[in-house]
Amino acid sequence: MIGQSLTDLMYGFGVALEPHNLMFCFLGVIVGNMVGVLPGMGPLATISILLPLTFGMKPVAAILMLGGVMYGAQYGGAICSILLNLPCHPPHAVTCLDGFPMTKQGRGGVALGLTVFASFVGASWGITEMIFLSPLLVKAALQFGPAEVCSLMLLGLLAGSTLARGSPIKGVSMTVLGLFLGSIGTDLETGSERYTFGMTELDDGIELIALALGLFGIAEFMSSINQVAPITGKYTNVRLKDMRPTLAEFKRSIFPMFRGTICGSLCSLIPGTGPTIASFVAYATEKKISKTPDKFGTGMIEGVVCPEAATHSSVQGDFIPTMSLGIPGDAVMALLLGALMIQGIVPGPQLISQHADIFWGLVASFWIGNILLVLLNVPLIGIWVKMLAIPYRFLYPSALFFVCIGVYAANNDFFQVGEVVVIGLFGYILLRLGFHPAPILLGFVLGPRFEENFRRALLISRGDLGVFVERPISAVFVGLCVILIGSQIYFRLKGSKPPIEPSLHPHEEQPRIAAEMRTPAE
Amino acid sequence: MRPSSSHLRELMSKRDFYAGGLMLLLGLGIALKGASYRQGTLMHMGPGFFPTALGVILVILGIAIAATGLAPSAETAGEHGESILPENPQWWGWMCILMSPVFFIFFGRNFGMAPGTFACVAIAACGDKQATWKSTIILATVVTVFGVGLFSYFLQVPMPIFSWWGSQ
Repeated sequence: MIGQSLTDLMYGFGVALEPHNLMFCFLGVIVGNMVGVLPGMGPLATISILLPLTFGMKPVAAILMLGGVMYGAQYGGAICSILLNLPCHPPHAVTCLDGFPMTKQGRGGVALGLTVFASFVGASWGITEMIFLSPLLVKAALQFGPAEVCSLMLLGLLAGSTLARGSPIKGVSMTVLGLFLGSIGTDLETGSERYTFGMTELDDGIELIALALGLFGIAEFMSSINQVAPITGKYTNVRLKDMRPTLAEFKRSIFPMFRGTICGSLCSLIPGTGPTIASFVAYATEKKISKTPDKFGTGMIEGVVCPEAATHSSVQGDFIPTMSLGIPGDAVMALLLGALMIQGIVPGPQLISQHADIFWGLVASFWIGNILLVLLNVPLIGIWVKMLAIPYRFLYPSALFFVCIGVYAANNDFFQVGEVVVIGLFGYILLRLGFHPAPILLGFVLGPRFEENFRRALLISRGDLGVFVERPISAVFVGLCVILIGSQIYFRLKGSKPPIEPSLHPHEEQPRIAAEMRTPAE
Repeated sequence: MRPSSSHLRELMSKRDFYAGGLMLLLGLGIALKGASYRQGTLMHMGPGFFPTALGVILVILGIAIAATGLAPSAETAGEHGESILPENPQWWGWMCILMSPVFFIFFGRNFGMAPGTFACVAIAACGDKQATWKSTIILATVVTVFGVGLFSYFLQVPMPIFSWWGSQ
């Protein structure tokens, strides 16, 4: 089994190192790193904008590039947090707590240097996990019938909506809304049209890109316009030689790095707990076991490397259920899965065997991409920092153009551009009403497959709903769903928030989260 | 504090109530429309079954959200504040952002990609408070040149660069 995985991995490196694929991987991580640094642009918006450009590409190159954006953005986000105290990207909010004090003490370069190293360690672990865990998961998942697939999807959807940010009940309603949006268009089994209101353009359903760009492009621009504070370049003068840590600092950060990695990989195994929760949990744990917990928040290197390692290990780990089961854990993964589906590839446990080049090529490209990112971030740190100075007022009009042309290019039809406007306005209203629109995408991508499997399961069982609890594997998933909902209600009644979402501790110059710098929930 | 403004603020602060209400209305609409499609049986589901069920679930969730919004406790205080409108509403900026794709559709369809791009970027850039005529035009020109080069020449998006009322 292990030998087989390693052989496949070698094959993957062969795929990823093809010049064509290597180029797109490189392009992806560069763009990702760039948007990670730019305030007001999230990986979700970027991947949606780049999505139409991938239609003409081969599936492998497309997914390599889009994946690269995803993890490249995590490297860039750390720069923003440490040097500017701006948590542009939610997973890095907690890094501000100790990263920015270090910058003020003139040790920002060291923090960045060790962050890059910790990120690489975390990512490597996540990739290793993916190599050995995915084939095992696939083996189990190939035995699943429609009932099992259906309950597993239900678990994924519930976890994705209740464990993410914000109120669980609002999250669930967003998922339900997403499932509904996914059912618009021609019904696959009977061929009758649903909710198209006579518009033939809607026969194929709502365009995934229009939905993603409306919710994470237009709606986000609307909430950020005239709200993004100009950036003061007070501490942004970082040179390469500042990044080298002393031996003592390096030794101090080794163990927190590994603890963060473990923490992140555990979080990635629970569907729905993305990198944000992983980094918060890692920080809280590190603080708890530290001998000097009161010093956290004053510039402890442990408080920087631990959450960063956790973020990266969790980002890579999130690919496991997405690629091996076809069930994405969050909106970014849903979007990547959507990209594969546009390419005509059916996600699910058969993906690894049927499209070995995609899966193993992706795994290998993670490593290549992460090495590229280390190479990009260490010597070129000055360029990334300069990029922070691009004002938002130049950024969002250009991005809007990419939104328009991207949606147009998807079908060469102006109707979808109109869809974006409507969805964007609706998305902004949802944001203002306290909803996080990310689960909509999750529901939208899984919706058609969920409905199909649901129907099939009931057809096989002759209309008996009991099939979902009578089959043992399915019963386990349903049981987990019940536990999930039960625990949420329990915490609600107790009047406390679930312990997985520790709040930021107030201290001087607290990071300006959410209100000023809103990026989509990952 | 003037009584009218505090009253208004109180009305606006029932955010969860409106949130629940919106979900309730959406759910009702979905379920009612869904009921007009064939439902079928559990064994042979019609096209209306799944969406109608989702609509009903949405109605229930909407009621639950609205109920928590009406509860007098301060426990519902969200992290982003309670008001529906942000502290300083950007009506002009919002309009510019929403009009930007509309301009793209109008100019793109009738006059081609280059005018569409220019109009789209220019109107969006107007939304920023610091925008001047000069900065807007420079930005729009740069994006147009770059965008047409990338999408028309490099990526071969089938949209004429210039046209007159849809004719080449």
